[in-house]
Order: sequence, then structure tokens, then C-alpha cells
Amino acid sequence: MSAEIEEKLESMEIQDDDLVFDLSMKKKKKKSKKTEEEPVEEAAAESQEAAPSADAAEEDPMAMFGEKKKKKKKVKVEDDAAAEGGEEAADAGESFDFGDMKKKKKKSKKVDFSAFEDGQDQEGEDTARDPDDIFAADDEESARTTTKAGVEAEEGWIGSNRDYTYTELLSRVFKILRQNNPELAGEKKRYTIVPPSVMRDGNKKTVFANVADICKRMHRQPEHVIQFLFAELGTSGSIDGSQRLVIKGRFQQKQIEAVLRRYIVEYVTCKTCKSPDTLLTKENRLFFLQCEACGSTRSVSAIKSGFQAQTGKRAAQRVKAAA
Amino acid sequence: MSDIQNLQSYDPFADLGDSGDTGGEQQGYIHIRIQQRNGRKTLTTIQGLPKNFDQKRMLKIFKKDFACNGTLVEDEELGSVIQLQGDQRTKVSTLLTSEGGIDKKQIKIHGF
Repeated sequence: MSAEIEEKLESMEIQDDDLVFDLSMKKKKKKSKKTEEEPVEEAAAESQEAAPSADAAEEDPMAMFGEKKKKKKKVKVEDDAAAEGGEEAADAGESFDFGDMKKKKKKSKKVDFSAFEDGQDQEGEDTARDPDDIFAADDEESARTTTKAGVEAEEGWIGSNRDYTYTELLSRVFKILRQNNPELAGEKKRYTIVPPSVMRDGNKKTVFANVADICKRMHRQPEHVIQFLFAELGTSGSIDGSQRLVIKGRFQQKQIEAVLRRYIVEYVTCKTCKSPDTLLTKENRLFFLQCEACGSTRSVSAIKSGFQAQTGKRAAQRVKAAA
Repeated sequence: MSDIQNLQSYDPFADLGDSGDTGGEQQGYIHIRIQQRNGRKTLTTIQGLPKNFDQKRMLKIFKKDFACNGTLVEDEELGSVIQLQGDQRTKVSTLLTSEGGIDKKQIKIHGF
């Protein structure tokens, strides 16, 4: 994986001065591994001096999808080996077919480029975005590799005379859809919220530092969220000078998180389309949730704190009642 | 012929359940809450038990089953509320569903 990333970065650097050609090279590598492999194999067969390890790496192009990844790497290694070999051949003048092979490859690249020209801009964006993706979550990366595998698998029928399968065509459709208008491809942006940062303030109080941020992300009034928190946790509290919420009682981050989750289910997500893009409005004492995505409206129950058992000293309560 | 479902008139714009009968809803739910006391001690309150349940006997059962103490508190607005010592929320809800024959949807567990 890291080798690939490096390669990508390299290609991005070169992209600045020689954009078109380099992109095409990249694309070639990514997409039509299949078609590329075959001439390589032929050349390798012709010249017995070809690196034996590379020969071993050459398997049946129709091999299992699971092995795609590995094979790809091997092919890359073989590429490098071929390049070195080509240089050596130029020096020695012995086995010129290596140089030939290289030329052949480049030619095929050009052809491929013209074929995929329409999708080129999109591809360029992808490569530009890739380094960012790497720093994101692991699962994202794995998803990327699977899509890559799908891309490779999709081209499977081109090299051979067999028929295309349903899954191959399906992945092709989705790839094209993703290239041209990604928002239709069903890749929903997951609704994420920063985890609440909860700290202990002394012995009996808990500080919830990023309430304001979380409320902003949910598009809710902080008062509403805080009211819900207090009602659910059965406590009280206040907001301090730097917009942090001080809650009475000891609470852990996961506990606050569970309550926030419930709040989101109850007051943020649309029940119809599950979209978090909603508005909460108040109409004569009733709260209504209007979805920005699908336009549906539903009423939500008002926050009720319910029964509060008496804790603490009765004497203090009496003083409070008298005052 | 009106028992054929397709022929029955159906209002697609009618508000579906969820918060439909707002009057009955408040009585319908059994709220189980937790409240922190000093230190690591907590209280569990059970509010809105059905009227046909004898609260005193329920309390006795709860106390015996969960090995905790508890009281019955009368509230002006909310009626009688059972108060138990310690965090008994899940235990109460399982007991109510298994023995009391109460639907799980009717029980709302609050707190963290």
C-alpha cells in the first residue's frame, strides 16, 4: 500500500509540469492491468534472460479476485525490474527485446489514454484527493482497495473471449456513476459528530467542554440540548464563562455520549429518511421537526424531566423553600 | 365487502402513531429513571405504573428480588412513584416485561 501511495505522490509532483501524460500513465496502471500483463508475459517468454522471479509472478490473468492485490504489487516490482533490465540491455546491447517491450508498453498506454479521456478530469481529482484519504479512517482505505479490485475485475472480459458477468457490469456501472456524478452512487456521507469531551471538575462536577460545537453540528439550540441532558441525567448544572457546560454529578464520556445519541435519534434525525438535516421549530408550545432533505414534518415530544427524587439534605431544601 | 382491505378508505396523510394520541401517551409510558446521589450511590425511580398494579405489592416484589430498599413516594402531579436504591433500571424493565406482561415499547429507560 505504502509503495502505491508513494507512487501516487510522485505522480502528483510530476503532474505539475507534465500533467496529461503522467495522468495517463497512472490510469494505465490502475485500470488495465490485464491488457498490460499480456504483452509483458509474451516478452518474458521470448527472452529467457528475463528475471525468473518476474516470470513466477506472472500468473493467469484470470486468477482469483482475491489475489488481485498481491499480483498488482508483483507486477509493479516486475515493472521496475523491466526498467532496470532495459537500461542494462541498452548498455550491453545483448537482449534488446527488453527495450522493445518498454516501448510497446508506452504505446499501449497512449491508446488507453485516448479511450479513457472523458473520465480524465475526474481521475485527476481523485489522485489529488487520495493523500487526504489516507489520513482518514482505516475502513475507508480498505473500501478504496476493494473498489480498486472491482475496477480491475471489471475489465476482466476485455482481454479474453469470455462473456462479462453480472457483477462485472454492475461494478462498471457504479464506477462510471461515481466518476460522473458521485452523489448518485449511493455513497452517503455518514453523519458524524465529534465525541463529547468530558472532564471531571473537582469531585462532584463534570465539565462537558464542547457542547457549543456539538450543538452547532446538530443545528440545535444549546438550551434545548442542555435541557434534554439535564432531564435525562436527572441533574442540574450551568454554563461557565467559556461556553462549557458544568453538570452536577459524576459522568463519564460514554454516558454523555449515550444520552447525546438518544437526543439525536429523538430530536435530530428525520424518521422518514434518516437524514440529520432537520430544523426544530416551536409552534404554540409544540415542537416540530422539519426535514430539510425530504420535507416531512413530525411533532416531537417536549422534554420532561419527570419525577425528581429528593437527594441531599432536607434542611437545605427547607432553607431554599423558605427563601 | 368492506372486510377487503383494499376497499377500505385510507387516509395517507393521517399522522401515524408515534406521538399520535398525545393525551394517552403520557400515561402509557412507564419511565424508569436514574438519579445520582452522593458518591457512587444512585436511586432508581419508576414512574407511571399502570393503575391496575398494586404499587405496594410491586414495591415489595422489587425490594425482595433486587435485594435493595425502596419507598413509595406520592407526587402531586405524577401520582405514586416507586423509588429504589441503586441502579435497578434494567432489572426493573426485564421483570416488568417478563412477569408483569408489559410491552417493552411501553417502558422508557432514561439516564446514561
